Amino acid sequence: MADPVEGSTAAPPAAKTAAVTAPKPPAAPKPAAKPKESADPPDPMRRRVIWGMIYGYLGINLLMFLRFFFPRALYEPNTIFNIGYPADFSIGIDQRFLMTNRAWVVREPDRIFVIFARCTHLGCTPEWKPAENKFKCPCHGSGYDSEGVNFEGPAPRPMDRAKIALDPTGKIVVDTSKLFMDDPRAGVNQFNDPGAYLPV
Amino acid sequence: MAEENGAKNGKGLLDRVRQDITDLRETIKEKGKDELEGLKEPEKTQVFRSIFRVKHDETPRNRALSVLSNVFFHLHPAKVNRDAVKYKFTWGMGGITFYLFIVLTFTGVLLMFYYHPSKVQAFRDILYLENDVPFGKLLRNMHRWAAHLMIIAVWLHMFRVFLTGSYKRPREFNWCIGVLLMVLTLLLSFTGYLLPDDQLGFWAVTVGTNMARATPLLGTEGPFGAILGMTPYNDVRFALLGGSIVDANALLRAYIWHCIAIPLIASIFMALHFWRVRKDGGISGPAPIMLESEIKEEKGHRPVILRPSGMA
Repeated sequence: MADPVEGSTAAPPAAKTAAVTAPKPPAAPKPAAKPKESADPPDPMRRRVIWGMIYGYLGINLLMFLRFFFPRALYEPNTIFNIGYPADFSIGIDQRFLMTNRAWVVREPDRIFVIFARCTHLGCTPEWKPAENKFKCPCHGSGYDSEGVNFEGPAPRPMDRAKIALDPTGKIVVDTSKLFMDDPRAGVNQFNDPGAYLPV
Repeated sequence: MAEENGAKNGKGLLDRVRQDITDLRETIKEKGKDELEGLKEPEKTQVFRSIFRVKHDETPRNRALSVLSNVFFHLHPAKVNRDAVKYKFTWGMGGITFYLFIVLTFTGVLLMFYYHPSKVQAFRDILYLENDVPFGKLLRNMHRWAAHLMIIAVWLHMFRVFLTGSYKRPREFNWCIGVLLMVLTLLLSFTGYLLPDDQLGFWAVTVGTNMARATPLLGTEGPFGAILGMTPYNDVRFALLGGSIVDANALLRAYIWHCIAIPLIASIFMALHFWRVRKDGGISGPAPIMLESEIKEEKGHRPVILRPSGMA
């Protein structure tokens, strides 16, 4: 009980001192101009505190409102997934993980890498056309060769590649939330970085 | 005692009932006559007068009052200049846009009776509406065509306002509200696109929300986005979709934005827009001239006179 009472008695002096220190410059010339109000001079700091509290309250509510739109838990396919042993893949494009994880596994003589199946133009999922040996995006017609490198249409750069690694049991683990890009416009090529491919 | 009272009361009650019946026989004819007359001329009944208080005579005052005292008409000016409503001045596009909004609200609410915003049911409900719901196909097509027409009407309205210079002083503020309303119309169209959950809408929203990745500051692929720590899991696209992919959350969010939030916001702006149209001098013609003494003065500036440009 003692603490709140002390707090409440201690608060007004603190506010008064603040009021005296802060708005002194404008307060000095006023009493001469308006002698009528000198009986009960409004304390500008009090209003400032009240308005500060109101704006603070509204501001925090706005932040809460905005934060509300970012869910914490997602019911989406896991971006980290196991695709089996390197020996499971023969040379060429493997479409087994396209529907579940939006990724193609590409086996080349010396390496395995995973193409994230998102067109670099506006994010549609291209289609692998074995007869034409290319990926073709149905939305705006971007074409990519069998390594996912763009050669026609509006796509600005090759399709991104997902992070690939071996787990202790020798299985391949892919993480599509970590992407490696090759952007000739920006002069960035991460396709040969460690993690962008698996040497076989 | 009880029996006596009972007999007395019973006798009295009987007499009173008899008296009432005879009274009723006399009055019921008059009352019936009144009721019949009321049916013949409902505008003379007290009920009617309590709703519409003003006579609908051809006097200017009564005609003005009938507009002013009606909640639906009072947004309109009490009087309009005969020339102001000429179609060659306005093309009627603002009114058509509003009419289409009403059509869309009505058909949209009816569509909501059969539509579930979930991945399992959404497209099935569209097929159901198309094939089995009575007038479902008509409703859906009305909603679709009205949506297309509303976009066209909004642009034509904007074009007309630009051509007639109606964005100029003192209508600058209303032009800005109009631009906001146009953006809201486009957003309504965009959010409605996903709701059928068909291939067209799905990929359109995929493409549209991928553009949001390039938002400055707030998008992961936009200018300064990466520096500010934006990833596909915390940027503006994520907030729009409720996830990193166009999925069930995105469908539900599009539904709520489309059916509740954006129509509500747009309605508020519409009320403001129409009110300002009226205050700024009506749907066409010169703006009202205001006295300099009535205009809010900025410190250290000459007062701006709210005259239509060309008259200054």
